[in-house]
Amino acid sequence: MGRFVLDRLIQSAVVLAVMSFIIYWLMGLMPGDPIDLMINADPRLTPEDAQRLRALYGLDQPILDRYVNWLTAALSGDLGFSRLFAKPVLQALLPALGNTVLLLGLSFVLSVCLAFATGIAAAVQQHRPADYVINLVAFVAISIPSFWLSLMMIILFSVKLGWFPASGTESLGGGGFLDQAKYLVLPIATLTIVSFGNHTRFVRASMIETLRQDFIRTARAKGASERRVVLRHALRNALIPVVTILALDFGFLFSGALVIETIFAYPGMGKLIFDAIMGNDFNLALVALLFATALTLTGNLLADLAYAWLDPRISYR
Amino acid sequence: MTAIALTSQQDSAWRQSCRRFIRHRLALFSAVLVAVLALLSICAPLFEIALGIDANRVDLFSRLQPPSAEAWLGTDELGRDVFVRLLYGGQISMLVGLVTALAAAVIGTTVGLVSGYFGGKLDAFLMRFTDGVIALPLLPLLIVLAALDLGKAGLPETIVDSENVSLYRIIAIVALFGWTTVARLVRGTALTLRERDFVLAAKAQGAGAVRIMTVHILPNLASPIIVATTLSVGNIILVESVLSFLGLGIQPPIPSWGNLLTNAQGLISSAPELAFYPGILILLTVLGFNFLGDGLQDALDPRA
Repeated sequence: MGRFVLDRLIQSAVVLAVMSFIIYWLMGLMPGDPIDLMINADPRLTPEDAQRLRALYGLDQPILDRYVNWLTAALSGDLGFSRLFAKPVLQALLPALGNTVLLLGLSFVLSVCLAFATGIAAAVQQHRPADYVINLVAFVAISIPSFWLSLMMIILFSVKLGWFPASGTESLGGGGFLDQAKYLVLPIATLTIVSFGNHTRFVRASMIETLRQDFIRTARAKGASERRVVLRHALRNALIPVVTILALDFGFLFSGALVIETIFAYPGMGKLIFDAIMGNDFNLALVALLFATALTLTGNLLADLAYAWLDPRISYR
Repeated sequence: MTAIALTSQQDSAWRQSCRRFIRHRLALFSAVLVAVLALLSICAPLFEIALGIDANRVDLFSRLQPPSAEAWLGTDELGRDVFVRLLYGGQISMLVGLVTALAAAVIGTTVGLVSGYFGGKLDAFLMRFTDGVIALPLLPLLIVLAALDLGKAGLPETIVDSENVSLYRIIAIVALFGWTTVARLVRGTALTLRERDFVLAAKAQGAGAVRIMTVHILPNLASPIIVATTLSVGNIILVESVLSFLGLGIQPPIPSWGNLLTNAQGLISSAPELAFYPGILILLTVLGFNFLGDGLQDALDPRA
C-alpha cells in the first residue's frame, strides 16, 4: 500500500511539474504581453526599441532559462504581482479559492445526495416506468449546456420572478448570512443540475451491477427484508466504484464552475482564471491554472487511493 | 438442422444488432431527431431562397421583430432572421462535433492500438500519459489554447489569417484532449486480442506489426470505437458551444449555437426568447447523440 501511494504521488508530481512548464510556455504565446502593450501605448516605439526592451526584461532569453528563473522565484514564495487586482498574486487567489470551494463543495454534496436517492430508486425499479423517467431526467441534465441553463435561471428567477439576485455575492453594504445565501442559490442550483445527471447514472449502473450478484440472492434467500438487502448488502458494495468515479468527476465540476461563476459574476477560481487570461494578467493566470491543475490532480489521486483502500481485491503492486 | 441454425445465426450478427437497436425506441427516436436537425441545417440556404431573405443582411429598421410569415422566429438585435441563422449555427456546431469526434477517435485508436499491442514499457508510458491528460482541468486549459496568439506559436500566416481559423483551431484543441476515452477502451481490448489464436496465426505467417494491428485487430474494435465516438459528439458540441459563448471558439460572422447565445446574453430582459432557441437546439442535439450512443451500446455490446 505504501509503495502504491508513493508511486501515485510521484506520478501526480511529475504531471504537475510538466504542466507548470507547458503553461509557462503557453503564457508566453499569449497576445498582449507587456512589450506588446508598450508598443500599443507608444506609437513612436521602433522595432529596435522593442528589442532593447525585451532584452531589458530578459524576454529574449531562452524559454528554459526564463522558466527556471520563474520557478526559483515561485518556490521561494515570490509568485509575482497581479496586474488586474493590483496586489500580490496569492492575495488575489486565496479568497477566490475559498469561494470556489464553497460553491463546489455545496453543489457536490447536493448532487451526490440527489444522485443516491434517484440512482438507487432507478436501479431497484429497473425497466419500470420510474427507472425510465429518472434515466430520461439524468440524460437531459447531462446534455444541458451549463451556460444556457444559467441564463435561463437568471431569466426565470431574477428577471421574471425577482426571487434571487442574478450576480455577485452580497448586497451593497453587506447583508449578513441570509443575504449572502440568497446570492448562492442560483449558482449552486445550476451547478447541481448539470452535475447530478452523471452522478445518478454512476450510482444506478453500480447498483444494478451489484444487485445481480450471487450474495444478493443469498441475502434474499435467507429472508432479509428488501430494504435491508438494498441499503445494507448492495449499497455498501456498489459504493466502491461510485466513490472513485465521483472523485474523478471533480475536474468536470471545476469546468462547470468556471462557466457558472463567469455568468453569475461569482468571484471564484473559474472566473478569476477567465478574467486573468482575457485581461492579460499572466502572473495570476499562470499560478491560478497551476492551482486548478493541482486541485484536479488531487481529486484523481484521492480517487485512486479511495479505490485501493475500499476494495481489498486491488493489488498495489 | 443444427447447420442451418448456425449459419442463420452467423450471418445475422449485424441484423441482430439492428433489431436490438430498433427495439431501443428512444435511440431510434434520437437517430431520427438528429437526422432531421442535420437535414434542416444543411437546407439553410434553401430556406433563405424560399423565404426570400439574406440571413447575414443587417436591417436596423426591423430589429427584434416578432415571428411573422417571412421571419418564422422573428429577427435579432441587428434585424437578421433568427430561424435561418439558427440553422447556419447548427451546420457549424454539428460539423465541429462530428469532425472533432472523428479526429479524436483516430488519435485515440492509434495510441490505444500501439499501447495495447506492444505492451511493456511503451504501454506503461502511454497509459501514464493518458492518465495525466485525463487528470487535467479541461476547460481552463482549452481557454488558454483558444486565446493563444497563433502567430507567436510559429504557425504559417496563411493559416493564421485564414477566415476559418477559429473553426480549425477549435477542432484541433478539442481533439487534443478528447482522445483519452477511446485510447483506454482500444488499449484494453487490444491487450486481450493480441493473445488470441488468429493473431498468433497471422504472426506465424510472418505478418508485420502494422498489418496485424490494422487488418486483424482493428476490425474487432469497431463497436467500442463507434459507441465511444458517438457518445463523445454530444460532449464536444457542449464544449464548443461553451468556448464560442465565452467568445473564444467560433468567431462571428460565422454563426454557431454558442456565439448566437453571446449576443442574446445582453438582451435577456428585452428579448429572452433569443437566448432560449440556440440553447434548446444544443440540448436536443446533445441529448440525441447521447441516446444514440446509449442505444448503440446496448445494440452492439449486449453484455454491457
